[in-house]
Amino acid sequence: MTTAIAPADDAAQAPDGDVAIRTRRLRRTFTTRGRGTVEAVRGVDLEVRNGEIFGFLGPNGAGKTTTLRMLATLLTPTSGEAVVAGADLLTQGGLVRRRIGYVGQTGGSDIIETGRGELVFQGRLHGMSKSQAEVRAAELLETLEIESCADRKTQTYSGGQRRRLDIAIGLMHRPRLVFLDEPTTGLDPQARAHLWTEVRKLRDRGTTVFLTTHYLEEADALCDRVAIIDHGSIVIEGSPDALKRQVAGDAITLSLQGEHENAFAQLQALPFVREASAENGLIRLYVDRGETAMPALMRALDAANLEMATLTVARPSLDDVFLAKTGRSLRDDNPN
Amino acid sequence: MNPLRDTALVFRRYILQTLRNPVWMFFGIVQPIMYLVLFAPLLVKVASSAPGFPKGGAYNVFIPGLLVQLGLFGASGVGFGLISELRMGVIERFRVTPISRISLLLGRALRDVVIITAQSLLLVICAIPFGLTINAGGILLALLLIALIGLLTASLSYTIALAVKSEDAFAPIVFGATLPLLLLSGVLLPLQLAPGWLRTVAAFNPLKYAVDAARAAFNSHLTDIAVVQGFAVMLGLGIVAVVLAARAFGRAVA
Repeated sequence: MTTAIAPADDAAQAPDGDVAIRTRRLRRTFTTRGRGTVEAVRGVDLEVRNGEIFGFLGPNGAGKTTTLRMLATLLTPTSGEAVVAGADLLTQGGLVRRRIGYVGQTGGSDIIETGRGELVFQGRLHGMSKSQAEVRAAELLETLEIESCADRKTQTYSGGQRRRLDIAIGLMHRPRLVFLDEPTTGLDPQARAHLWTEVRKLRDRGTTVFLTTHYLEEADALCDRVAIIDHGSIVIEGSPDALKRQVAGDAITLSLQGEHENAFAQLQALPFVREASAENGLIRLYVDRGETAMPALMRALDAANLEMATLTVARPSLDDVFLAKTGRSLRDDNPN
Repeated sequence: MNPLRDTALVFRRYILQTLRNPVWMFFGIVQPIMYLVLFAPLLVKVASSAPGFPKGGAYNVFIPGLLVQLGLFGASGVGFGLISELRMGVIERFRVTPISRISLLLGRALRDVVIITAQSLLLVICAIPFGLTINAGGILLALLLIALIGLLTASLSYTIALAVKSEDAFAPIVFGATLPLLLLSGVLLPLQLAPGWLRTVAAFNPLKYAVDAARAAFNSHLTDIAVVQGFAVMLGLGIVAVVLAARAFGRAVA
């Protein structure tokens, strides 16, 4: 075999050249002992565009990893269809595997191998010659700043070094699309920030990144677009900013002096309040624009003889989006 | 991709891993050597006096069985290594590359076969001073048979490892299966000494045919029907095991 890297452009263009991933009603059920058939992913429609960082969010058990594993050819969908990196997922699995990079949750490097050894072997698995693989490995070791530990066994690596090696392994064959399954889970803040930089650089070089995470800040800071999955279905999809705007504008959280039975109803009824919720004595009002709503809110409280105890105004977070769409907080990390 | 190139690639990875840590190969040969030194001498008198003991002398009867045991023990545990690789995500990583699916199995199993064959050869050489008489054709045939047993057993070991995915479940299956298979194959003492019921049960043990074939080969009966039977049984089961294991490698690894 002399054909080197099995270049990604060896077949006809995708029907729609802008799309890195498109799924239609992708479904996966598992048969488990005791619980019968479990529907892990129930009809997912996704569209990931070329050159973007796409975040796939959801609590544990929501179907994130199952979806990602289907797209990476590791699991056969029960039904539905998908085009991944310009190849049909169901009939052209081999082509998909040539074009994508996959970095699983557990990484994938063996602790008894060296980082450089694993990179070269990965290149060889993708059809590179030994010398091609060595050149590419050296390049990635430098880019990801793991040259210093390249020739040590990976069992001596720090969490951050290991994660960067895992990503380097996924990039060996210069894939046009990379899947990262919870790339920063378990990393310290510094290593996480470092990794975010690497992911952005990837995108800047034209690689499409599909990542899963349950860190909302991560999705917010890193992703061009996100989709939130819950109970196996996509709840909402769009850019973080658009989602936040769409769900509700700014969030005003306040508490009142004393007990006021009707206060919540009164506030909820204010014309500029789009949505409202009350929890543990805190009233949360979603308004289009916090800075114009505040004076009006003050006047309304005065008129109703209500006195504020605390007040915060916040731009909505993705957690607010999740809360609004599912009725619970993603931070609870509830495995249901 | 080219399955031959891929198999060579995978083989290289695993043989290098083994050679880098040769202490495990050493363990694999220690037990048979102990049998050779500490147990086989007991058979010399039995061989000459017990009615029904096969002809050829104690060592020419015992060493072929010992080789089969080496093949079975050496290959049955290979699934342990695979389970730790599954846990590290190594296998999953390989599966999202264009490498041919059967190479993932064949490359590893070939490593196991090479190690077992080398150990077998070493054992044979060690047995010569004790009184093993050999002929080149017989040794070659016997080693080929051991290689086949290694391939069959390693493939089954990998299939089970991929199915259960945990050492806790894997260990009892492997240890539970290998001992009765060995005892019912006449490895330690020939089944010619066994009562009728035991021989009837042993007739259902494929490994018995391998032991019979190895003994015939060691005693220069190269065209004996036992040799044909042993090869036929091991080859047939070997093909089934390889197909099963290759499919297991291709399927989902959760």
